[in-house]
Amino acid sequence: MATSRYDVAVIGAGPGGLAGAAAAVRAGASVALIDSASQPGGQYWRHPSGDYAAVADLHQGTAAYRSLVRRAAPAAWFLQHQVWTIEREKNSFVVRAMADGVEVEIAAAALVLAPGAFDRQVPFPGWDLPGVYTAGGAQALLKGHQVLAGRRIAVGGTGPFLLPVAAGLSARGAEVVGVFEANSPRRWVRQARSVLPVVGKLAEGAGYAATLLRHRVPYRVRHAVVAAHGTDSLAAVTVARLDAHWRVIAGSERVIDCDAIAVGWGFTPQLELPLALGCETRADVDGSLVVCVDDLQQSSVESVYVAGEACGVGGAQLAVLEGSIAGRAAAGDAARAISSRQRRRRRALRAFAAVMHEVHSLRDGWQSWLSDDTVVCRCEEVPAREIRAAVGELGALDARSAKRFTRAGMGWCQGRVCGHSTGRIAATAAGRSFDPLGLAGPSIASPVPLGLLARAQAAHHLTTER
Amino acid sequence: MMDIFIFDGRRIEFRPGQSVGAALVNVGMRSWRRTRLTGRPRGIFCGIGVCFDCLVEIDGTPNQRACLIPARAGMVVRRQEGDGHGHLTV
Repeated sequence: MATSRYDVAVIGAGPGGLAGAAAAVRAGASVALIDSASQPGGQYWRHPSGDYAAVADLHQGTAAYRSLVRRAAPAAWFLQHQVWTIEREKNSFVVRAMADGVEVEIAAAALVLAPGAFDRQVPFPGWDLPGVYTAGGAQALLKGHQVLAGRRIAVGGTGPFLLPVAAGLSARGAEVVGVFEANSPRRWVRQARSVLPVVGKLAEGAGYAATLLRHRVPYRVRHAVVAAHGTDSLAAVTVARLDAHWRVIAGSERVIDCDAIAVGWGFTPQLELPLALGCETRADVDGSLVVCVDDLQQSSVESVYVAGEACGVGGAQLAVLEGSIAGRAAAGDAARAISSRQRRRRRALRAFAAVMHEVHSLRDGWQSWLSDDTVVCRCEEVPAREIRAAVGELGALDARSAKRFTRAGMGWCQGRVCGHSTGRIAATAAGRSFDPLGLAGPSIASPVPLGLLARAQAAHHLTTER
Repeated sequence: MMDIFIFDGRRIEFRPGQSVGAALVNVGMRSWRRTRLTGRPRGIFCGIGVCFDCLVEIDGTPNQRACLIPARAGMVVRRQEGDGHGHLTV
């Protein structure tokens, strides 16, 4: 049974979604705001249920968060509703969500999708040992549950996100043995023209850097965690210096004892819902698949607006801006949806993001860290050897055929974790360039019980027979 | 006063709002599942419901993401072995 129809359904209550809901409310629309978590904020403003104050010191933009929540308050909030798919009907959409094992259908004339992103990963020997966390996972334990992932923690990967993760862990008493940044952020300096218009973003980074300095956390550039060691859980890591292609510089390896690591290599946008709706996509500068949107954040599908990371990973400020534009346009106020100031600001933040992706891009040398036995697909337990063999011996030329031969990407997570690296390994083995468009992910956003699909099918037959 | 759930017979204290997985990590547990092919130990990896590494049996239902399910007093949580289809065995 669907709800009465809302003017706008906003999916995702992170920075982009909150801003979208607030803007649509302000434009006079009836709004549904839907999120799988039990509190608003998304990953960026993640906090324990009902207790933002407990972790306010770990967050940036708390005033903006509180203001957005206040302004989005008149919307109908559907928290703890996990959207698994969206169907398009004649003049509206039906959002299908699971809430405590029960399906809820929410009807709306227009959509704002703000699904956010998750950490991009690259495999390395031992990365499936318990105690190895994604950077976002360690952050979620800390900000969402006030739990430290370990006592002695290494932070590694690439990108500005490593800084708040390390700073947060230090601030809550973990010993951070080092931040290992595989790229060289000095390259930011060469891009001053793109950075200066949004100089506030640098201040944020400087704040985290000061925290790390205070806690005497070493920050090593051109370094990476290239192996994790332990039997049943993590006991130590090997850290090494990298050349410009990310190959290990011989003799630079060092073993460091630690009980946890937090690793992240940029982000992968969550595209299940836009893909289910048939939104056109493109490859962004970081190699991620993202949704194509117009000036008002509308996708190629009419009345489907998209904001935030799904349009290209660019951070919370950009997500809020895009959400505001999308929310207002989705509410039917297209004429006033965007100001020239917003347009300029969006351009500046996008340019900043492009520099970030350039400075913190992935180099293929990580593939040389893998042994034949290194697990690439964690769900189906497919080692690197099998993916390479699928190319060399079975003739797979891209991620899609490598997946069919090996089952890499066919398990529980549907390739969300390994899809990117499987594609890269297959491309290297085949001597071809990597094609992000070959990675179009699953169209169901979360697993659902089979009975639910059967019931949905039966209901569909009834409707069509009538 | 902390609430308590049961994990394989052990009493696990948690703070209201914490997930099952976060509560387990908080008491020093790192893994609560073994993979179905090679029996490798797994616990939380992504922490936000993406990777499905942290699957666990909760109140008789297997394949629950420990990182997402809020802990509730009196829950009975069990380690998950293999494919999590044991309850379907006849």
